[in-house]
Amino acid sequence: MIEIRIHGRGGQGNVVAAYLLAMAAFEEGRYGQAFPNFGAERRGAPVIAFVRIANEHILRRNQVLTPAFLIIQDQALLHVSGVTNGLLPGGKILVNSPQSSDELSQQLGKEVISIQASLLAKKILGRPVPNTALLAAFFALTGMLSQKSLRKVLQHKFQGIVLEKNLLLIQEAVGLVPAGIWQSEETNVASS
Amino acid sequence: MLQALEGSQAVAQAVALCRPQVIAAYPITPQTHIVENISKLVADGKLKCEFISVESEFSAASVVLGAAIAGSRAYTASASQGILLMAEVLFNIAGLRVPLVMTCANRAISSPLSIWNDQQDSMAVRDAGWIQLYCADNQEAVDTTIQAYLIAERTELPVMVCMDGFTLTHTLEGIDIPTQEQVDNFLPAYKFSRTLNPQNPISLGTLVSPDFYSEARHSHHTAILNAQTEIIAVDQEWAKISGRCSGGLLTVEGPEEAKIAILIIGSVYGTLLAAMEEFPEEQPVKLIKLRSFRPFPIDALKAACEGLDDVIVLERAIGLGSGAIVGLEVTAALAELANPPKVHNFAAGLGGRDIPLEMLPRLLATLNEPSDRRLRIIDVELDKLPEEDR
Repeated sequence: MIEIRIHGRGGQGNVVAAYLLAMAAFEEGRYGQAFPNFGAERRGAPVIAFVRIANEHILRRNQVLTPAFLIIQDQALLHVSGVTNGLLPGGKILVNSPQSSDELSQQLGKEVISIQASLLAKKILGRPVPNTALLAAFFALTGMLSQKSLRKVLQHKFQGIVLEKNLLLIQEAVGLVPAGIWQSEETNVASS
Repeated sequence: MLQALEGSQAVAQAVALCRPQVIAAYPITPQTHIVENISKLVADGKLKCEFISVESEFSAASVVLGAAIAGSRAYTASASQGILLMAEVLFNIAGLRVPLVMTCANRAISSPLSIWNDQQDSMAVRDAGWIQLYCADNQEAVDTTIQAYLIAERTELPVMVCMDGFTLTHTLEGIDIPTQEQVDNFLPAYKFSRTLNPQNPISLGTLVSPDFYSEARHSHHTAILNAQTEIIAVDQEWAKISGRCSGGLLTVEGPEEAKIAILIIGSVYGTLLAAMEEFPEEQPVKLIKLRSFRPFPIDALKAACEGLDDVIVLERAIGLGSGAIVGLEVTAALAELANPPKVHNFAAGLGGRDIPLEMLPRLLATLNEPSDRRLRIIDVELDKLPEEDR
């Protein structure tokens, strides 16, 4: 079972990102579970969402305390206490940030990949919502789930011009990261 | 069909499959996405039904009460303060013996203000005269919602389907949504023996003098207790159609030889099952999932606990100034056994606090501590409190 924690702020589509991830797992015949942990119900407030992906029925409903992956939608949250807590040894962090991956990896002493997801979303969607670009990058990095599944679940979630722009956005986002470098035995277990 | 859905979406679809004719709900917090999703189904023309957005939960309950008495299958949902605001009408619905179904998306009660999960809301109305069924996962929430209409309409008692807020309502997972045909084969058209009809006028809810109030109470109490048979039968009938049981009154999981049981109510079930796999070195434990809290299944509980040494009750509410709520009733029921097991009462997960897998070994470790029958909040952090409050 792979556990993922998504950190962001109200309005950045954290819960949608978590749901899309679990839906993509479901699309590939696996089990997925996603749920949010809201703070204050307002835009800008820190929001956490949890995702589990497994090959068997997921029983547990507790919060994800020891994730294998962190997806951070707002780089400022990297420096908020508790955000990187519990990341498994060898765990990876994908972050929406203008800072370079090397710089952030060095700062945090962990393996970090950064992409400018907000900037890309602003360019293509006209709104700086980083969630779908980060998901596309995450799928590319881990190889855990296919871009095809992501496209499929986006088609469930969005329609018309928003869907078209998101499909374009994820295509661009995939090109920003080295494909498969986070592919491991663990992610393969999930895809076996 | 198996679909990846949020619990609220799934329950909305389950309600729609039951062909309700009137739905009334207060559309603002602490409401869940259930009624939002239903209103969308109505707006999109996928569900032909009168959807009434009202100004309070008091009105929501009043509208569905009137609708059901006038001959319509009706539905409402609420949680937390909404349940409390409904409370007066909930007692009336039950006292009038009206077959209604509602969802309580269990959430904590203010004050202090909390939007998160616990079960204080439905426990606050446990004696309102409704049947209360608690769901362990979203599949059970879907199946129990459908079953609830048949139970309600056969017994002419209202049914409250309780599902943990957030932990279930906001969790997306794979859920099988039955077909319309399956539900139509299971659930006949709405029928109420005392439907108001101007051609044949009757009065409901009239003044009852002390000469008859006790009898009315006795009859209501007996009807709920007798509903145990129907709850089991309906679960089995739905299993024949869907292939799934939701657990009748209660279920017992775990090794036959176990001398210890943990009794839970609601969605912590899966977490404790996972914990049993995660900590195989722990002593063998049975897990009792109490689905029906009203009626309280005394006989089934006694049968499940006969021969046990210890029963740990883990609940998500607290009887302030007394202690356990579920645990107290379990203790009383088991006292009728020749060799009653020791009952240990714990609350956890109040106001949305996470219940981790480590809860299992923590609970079991308390058995080595000096016996204390009072309720303990097992995850309380006393160092956060001033000395005098500890």
